[in-house]
Amino acid sequence: MSQQGYVATPPYSQSQPGIGLSPPHYGHYGDPSHASSPQGMMKPAGPLGTAAPGMLLPPGPSPSVPHQFGQNGAHASGHPPQRFPGPPPVNNVASSYAPYQPSTQSSYPSPVSTSSVTQLGSQLSAMQINSYGSGMAPPNQGPPPRPPQPSILQPGSQVLPPPPTTLNGPGASSLLPPPTYRLDGHPGPAHPNAQYQPPPLPGQTLGTGYPPQQAASSGPQMAGAQLSYPGGFPGGPAQMAGPPPPQKKLDPDSIPSPIQVIENDRATRGGQVYATNIRGQIPPLVTTDYVIQDQGNASPRYIRCTTYCFPCTSDMAKQAQIPLAAVIKPFATIPSNETPLYLVNHGENGPVRCNRCKAYMCPFMQFIEGGRRYQCGFCSCVNDVPPFYFQHLDHIGRRLDHYEKPELSLGSYEYVATLDYCRNNKPPNPPAFIFMIDVSYSNIKNGLVKLICEELKTILEKLPKEEQEEMSAIRVGFITYNKVLHFFNVKSNLAQPQMMVVTDVGEVFVPLLDGFLVNYQESQSVIHNLLDQIPEMFADSNENETVFAPVIQAGMEALKAADCPGKLFIFHSSLPTAEAPGKLRNRDDKKLVNTDKEKILFQPQTNVYDSLAKDCVAHGCSVTLFLFPSQYVDMASLGLVPQLTGGTLYKYNNFQMHLDSQQFLNDLRNDIEKKIGFDAIMRVRTSTGFRATDFFGGILMNNTTDIEMAAIDCDKAVTVEFKHDDKLSEDTGALIQCAVLYTTISGQRRLRIHNLGLNCSSQLADLYKSCETDALINFFAKSAFKAVLHQPLKVIREILVNQTAHMLACYRKNCASPSAASQLILPDSMKVLPVYMNCLLKNCVLLSRPEISTDERAFQRQLVMSMGVADSQLFFYPQLLPIHTLDVKSTMLPAAVRCSESRLSEDGIFLLANGLNMFLWLGVSSPPELIQGIFNVPSFAHINTDMTLLPEVGSPHSQQLRMIMGIIQQKRPYSMKLTIVKQREQPEMVFRQFLVEDKGLYGGSSYVDFLCCVHKEICQLLN
Amino acid sequence: MATYLEFIQQNEERDGVRFSWNVWPSSRLEATRMVVPLACLLTPLKERLDLPPVQYEPVLCSRPTCKAVLNPLCQVDYRAKLWACNFCFQRNQFPPAYTGISEVHQPAELMPQFSTIEYVVQRGAQTPLIFLYVVDTCLEEDDLQALKESLQMSLSLLPPDALVGLITFGRMVQVHELSCEGISKSYVFRGTKDLTAKQIQDMLGLTKPAMPMQQARPAQPQEHPFVSGRFLQPVHKIDMNLTDLLGELQRDPWPVTQGKRPLRSTGVALSIAVGLLEGTFPNTGARIMLFTGGPPTQGPGMVVGDELKIPIRSWHDIEKDNARFMKKATKHYEMLANRTAVNGHCIDIYACALDQTGLLEMKCCPNLTGGHMVMGDSFNTSLFKQTFQRIFSKDFNGNFRMAFGATLEVKTSRELKIAGAIGPCVSLNVKGPCVSENELGVGGTSQWKICGLDPTSTLGIYFEVVNQHNTPIPQGGRGAIQFVTQYQHSSTQRRIRVTTIARNWADAQSQLRHIEAAFDQEAAAVLMARLGVFRAESEEGPDVLRWLDRQLIRLCQKFGQYNKEDPASFRLSDSFSLYPQFMFHLRRSPFLQVFNNSPDESSYYRHHFARQDLTQSLIMIQPILYSYSFHGPPEPVLLDSSSILADRILLMDTFFQIVIYLGETIAQWRKAGYQDMPEYENFKHLLQAPLDDAQEILQARFPMPRYINTEHGGSQARFLLSKVNPSQTHNNLYAWGQETGAPILTDDVSLQVFMDHLKKLAVSSAS
Repeated sequence: MSQQGYVATPPYSQSQPGIGLSPPHYGHYGDPSHASSPQGMMKPAGPLGTAAPGMLLPPGPSPSVPHQFGQNGAHASGHPPQRFPGPPPVNNVASSYAPYQPSTQSSYPSPVSTSSVTQLGSQLSAMQINSYGSGMAPPNQGPPPRPPQPSILQPGSQVLPPPPTTLNGPGASSLLPPPTYRLDGHPGPAHPNAQYQPPPLPGQTLGTGYPPQQAASSGPQMAGAQLSYPGGFPGGPAQMAGPPPPQKKLDPDSIPSPIQVIENDRATRGGQVYATNIRGQIPPLVTTDYVIQDQGNASPRYIRCTTYCFPCTSDMAKQAQIPLAAVIKPFATIPSNETPLYLVNHGENGPVRCNRCKAYMCPFMQFIEGGRRYQCGFCSCVNDVPPFYFQHLDHIGRRLDHYEKPELSLGSYEYVATLDYCRNNKPPNPPAFIFMIDVSYSNIKNGLVKLICEELKTILEKLPKEEQEEMSAIRVGFITYNKVLHFFNVKSNLAQPQMMVVTDVGEVFVPLLDGFLVNYQESQSVIHNLLDQIPEMFADSNENETVFAPVIQAGMEALKAADCPGKLFIFHSSLPTAEAPGKLRNRDDKKLVNTDKEKILFQPQTNVYDSLAKDCVAHGCSVTLFLFPSQYVDMASLGLVPQLTGGTLYKYNNFQMHLDSQQFLNDLRNDIEKKIGFDAIMRVRTSTGFRATDFFGGILMNNTTDIEMAAIDCDKAVTVEFKHDDKLSEDTGALIQCAVLYTTISGQRRLRIHNLGLNCSSQLADLYKSCETDALINFFAKSAFKAVLHQPLKVIREILVNQTAHMLACYRKNCASPSAASQLILPDSMKVLPVYMNCLLKNCVLLSRPEISTDERAFQRQLVMSMGVADSQLFFYPQLLPIHTLDVKSTMLPAAVRCSESRLSEDGIFLLANGLNMFLWLGVSSPPELIQGIFNVPSFAHINTDMTLLPEVGSPHSQQLRMIMGIIQQKRPYSMKLTIVKQREQPEMVFRQFLVEDKGLYGGSSYVDFLCCVHKEICQLLN
Repeated sequence: MATYLEFIQQNEERDGVRFSWNVWPSSRLEATRMVVPLACLLTPLKERLDLPPVQYEPVLCSRPTCKAVLNPLCQVDYRAKLWACNFCFQRNQFPPAYTGISEVHQPAELMPQFSTIEYVVQRGAQTPLIFLYVVDTCLEEDDLQALKESLQMSLSLLPPDALVGLITFGRMVQVHELSCEGISKSYVFRGTKDLTAKQIQDMLGLTKPAMPMQQARPAQPQEHPFVSGRFLQPVHKIDMNLTDLLGELQRDPWPVTQGKRPLRSTGVALSIAVGLLEGTFPNTGARIMLFTGGPPTQGPGMVVGDELKIPIRSWHDIEKDNARFMKKATKHYEMLANRTAVNGHCIDIYACALDQTGLLEMKCCPNLTGGHMVMGDSFNTSLFKQTFQRIFSKDFNGNFRMAFGATLEVKTSRELKIAGAIGPCVSLNVKGPCVSENELGVGGTSQWKICGLDPTSTLGIYFEVVNQHNTPIPQGGRGAIQFVTQYQHSSTQRRIRVTTIARNWADAQSQLRHIEAAFDQEAAAVLMARLGVFRAESEEGPDVLRWLDRQLIRLCQKFGQYNKEDPASFRLSDSFSLYPQFMFHLRRSPFLQVFNNSPDESSYYRHHFARQDLTQSLIMIQPILYSYSFHGPPEPVLLDSSSILADRILLMDTFFQIVIYLGETIAQWRKAGYQDMPEYENFKHLLQAPLDDAQEILQARFPMPRYINTEHGGSQARFLLSKVNPSQTHNNLYAWGQETGAPILTDDVSLQVFMDHLKKLAVSSAS
């Protein structure tokens, strides 16, 4: 929705002003009873260890297990089921738990009984203290006098089973060390650490209390008052963080670990078949491999929701402030072991649709009156079944052909559209690809033009085509340009291509129709001739100036003239400074950073690009941009059209042939072969009671409902936010139908329908346990990145922190079992929300630092806007794999480790990937045999870091590593450029930025600090 | 001296000049009473076999305002080595090179037979001729094919070092780059957007693009001697390429839906052609040759919209002020024509289409620049093909019959002033003492620019006698006029042709007979016709006719011999006898009558009328009719319906058409096949004779006339019937009661009626 909406409502999504929870309510902290209630509900599921995502292991503490879950110190260690370390073998771990136990809390005694809520006891101070205190204390102390419930970091409430994960195993597991210290504001704990007790007002007290320790604080801690967001959170959060870091830091292993969550999910649900027959069931995480069987709801590959249980009323929604959103990736790639979409063809009748709301026939339609009529599941309208579609019903009211018709039994399927669905009621022409190459001096000089031309020769052989067809129906055209445009006539009957120069860039036009867009096979020789000549033709050019908007305009006009949709592939290198529409000047003003005007840097410089994007979408022209900047190119302006037209942005800074060509070529190949639909209109229909209100992605909207996309490919996702209109009923649930009308690569007009049913509940706990953090982060990222255009970053960051705190506070207040105020209690489904949120906050887009290139920020901002859940997950929390421990026998990926420097070791080799970049980090004492195996050089010192491809060494390590890299790369839309990083060498700084749990290089707090910060916020809210 | 007729003919042959009056009335008052102004037809480059150019430069009068060229009329003091300018009477020293002159050792320019002399100027770089083809691609396939072949053929006719360029247009305008190997490259312009010369040059990269180029490859900077090198290349270098390029030329690929005209961007194409040359080769001889097959339908200069249901403007529309685009289009082309003229280039238009092509709007392009205008039905006709080929015809020296960038300067002795000129020229706006305030034609200047001319290009130049009545010129005084034409010869030499003529003054009161006898009625008719046609361009047709009639009546009153109020007594002397008849036919001619002609046709006819020499002009005014019969050798007959007899074959030459008309009997004979019978071979010869004569005319004429072979009752006979004097019409046929001739179905008055009326008015004291 409008940005204003956003502005008006601080929290993303639900727009409740202020905090829904009134402080008083928080009076009782994690009340076990609260917590338990959800449990109760879940009970049925409880037994299934597998069902509960939060739980790793069956209940049954296994001492050994805990260790690995360094992460959630919070979880009741006692409960084996949780990944939380039971008895912390490691000192740290153990300690961590302990601290959390709020001394005040009595609840924790029996972890088993405890609610499913995971409590993270204590605020930072507590945590920190714990970390160190625990080392000794726990053991010594034994159970604290108070039955301190360890801070319960309960896995999602759904977790139910026994072990509510308390943070500290303590309470739960007898084995756990007694919480030693309790520091919450409660005086109770007599503890060395007592000092940390947060005063009633966390901020103040902390501030005062800890000063001495500041010095002691180590790395991750933020020294400053603010969390790592310098200036970012002058407000509330800052204060909370204000306290000087305690001497000891909180043990990172004691806080929820994303890796642990991922691994747990993988272990419990990986490799299984996930049938979509149940409404509102929560799919496995995006990081888990599993097989999906469509049984009436769309596969999570197509749609993922932030929660699979909507609150029944808007009041509830406002109270929880959990965004209700779906991330829809309508063209998601389906693995080969899953069934591709069925195609329904009703001939001239076209799809069957509800007369009132125009929803398409789907499993949510209820047939009545012996099959003569059906009731729409979305608007409840009773419609006559068209005669051609009539079928009798069976004894349970189902049509006899239920299983024969995809639209009756499946969540996703396609319809062949009739002429009514076509532009001007004419069947569309097959789409065209136009390749537009910047032949200005820099591109010629660095060999890029030659590279592109060479590559096109092979790549054009692989134009996408329908499976049954021999030849791709896609036509191709070629344009080169610098400050003028060169069109090429490559008609098959020509002996030589013809070049037509259009110099009127002020009002660009298409100089030829016939012969510009051709079938590649037919014109192959002419095209090859052309591609051979292009590099030579401009070899002597030293034209430095380029145009940009006219290039897009030209492509769009060409498609318009040919009356077909299509895609432009633009290979561009520089700021378009030539006199023409869309001319840009260098306006990269670092002085704007961290001011209210910073947003300007993300806005296009001129509105030319905005209207151009509109035109492009109106004519089904998608723009994919390959950028090769060597300096500032004003990404915010250049990227706008690609972003709004469903294209993709690729950026190769300081392109060097020998380093970057592979990455570029992979991207190019991938992009051309991608599954893609053109000239698409998407519509999200919902059952009564709620509706889609806000949309994020590479889309353009001319009204409030139709999502227009010049093209949409398999990697693009649209995030849709829903809001209540009315009450939802638990019985009927919340139904979503997403319909995409598009043109296939062969020029067929089709409708792709995805249906998804969600549950509704009037219990907040249900809502919380059905949440999905990955989708939430996707939503938060997009909404925040969208807001970047209109609001100061500071405000945005505050809102994000506030809303995070709010969601958690609401949970704490309404769902968690009572516990000490100092306890941080996280719902199982949101255990990793803080760490991910912190990653989002640390993303360079939201980080106002002049050190970061403006272009890079704009680039990432635009990138994220159309990301799907899996991509955003990896993007914000990179995958860090230890390579030195690789089992060369196994084909599995090694277990990832948390993105923190502390996880690295001098004798280790680590691979880090975030979807854009890949780093191979080499510890100074990396085992020589590994180095030999991977690089084929004798020692660390011999490794040449100036490479982007690993040498193909025959050794098992090399093969294994390259295979792993292949797997990581495989599903990602962008080819990741590999950087070899040696420990303690300068490039390591870049690498460090991706260790997202640590304090950022350019600011951004560490995970621990952030957690503390959030905790303070929560406390404040609760009070 | 023999007769005036001989004198006139001799003068024409020697100097290419014909005056309306060969004895000049000596005062302004008397001159105006002569009705027909003192004027001449000048053919500046008239071909003269006996006129070898001299290889030095002319000697000029040293007075800055005069600068007349030394000529045979000058008085020379051989001893003092001085000469007196016969225009300003300045005494000039001969230049050092002339030290050796004496009465017996004279330079050519002093010899009387060299009243016309041509100098070759050696200085100045010689730039090759430039031919820029501007080709419409919205043609039918076979038309385009024929045009392509003609163009390819023309490459072989061009001088090898001439520069050629190619612009094609349809919906878009393409400027083809000719230099590149491999990929053929063209610059494309939108056909709807008018561009300034500066923009065009920027877009074509003609403005200082060489700089970076040279930096890029300093090694071979000489590779691009001209920035325009990419678009204009010597024929010998790229004739193969260009031939291929022309061969591959496709019809405009943009779809034309039913009921639409193709979108044709003639206006922009011409604009670009002009801009291209303007920026690169100002003031060098260049021809822009526009080949178009239809009206401009879009952009600046559009003449008609692309909706076929709205026809192109007719005279009717124009009179009703219903021609939407005419004014704007005309303005556009006039602007182009003027720019072109300033740069010394000329524009030819070759328009071949069945419908109008917008010549009315575009006429100024050739008219002001001295270009050709050719109108035909199709490029696939011999009319076009041969006409086009004839452009490149050569004279006896092997030089092209074309010259460029000429300036014509006229100097007069002080009793005369220059009133103006009519012809394919523009004013250079050079005011001077000899420029009259009264303008006839393009006046107000003593110099004109003629950007393209050929040996037949003829200008009408009008003078005014300014000598006052009270300052009589002594007996035997002579007035002199000098024409100085500087031009670029087709061999790229700069040349100067100087013609100096002198005529006697006579007092009109005492010596009217002399003046009368020296009247050149043919020249006078043509000169008056030019004035009439010139007026017709800007005035309503009837007004022009009335003016012409009034002039004729006044002339008759002045020079006729009659008794007042007695028409029967009216007589004209021999030297005037034909003049009324010329006027009669002129009134009926397509130059003044638009009825039955489209605006394009009118423009076409007028274009040619304003540039042809006297003979051709007379043919245009009064077509020639020859008769072939068994009664005697071929003979010219009256252009009269009475000449149309059954046993005659008629050959009519109207300049634009050659009509062969078989009389009724002849046609029947031919139908019966007598010509194939050996015993009637004479009939075969008779049939053949006009054909041969027609061929002769066809061969010599530019543009090639439309050739019409018809017979009695044939539909094409209308060409003949519309031209002859309708002495017999359906109205008077029976009254005359003669069996000869063919009645013409017309309400037009016949010559007889016209003359009767004229006499009546001439003798009337009322007027």
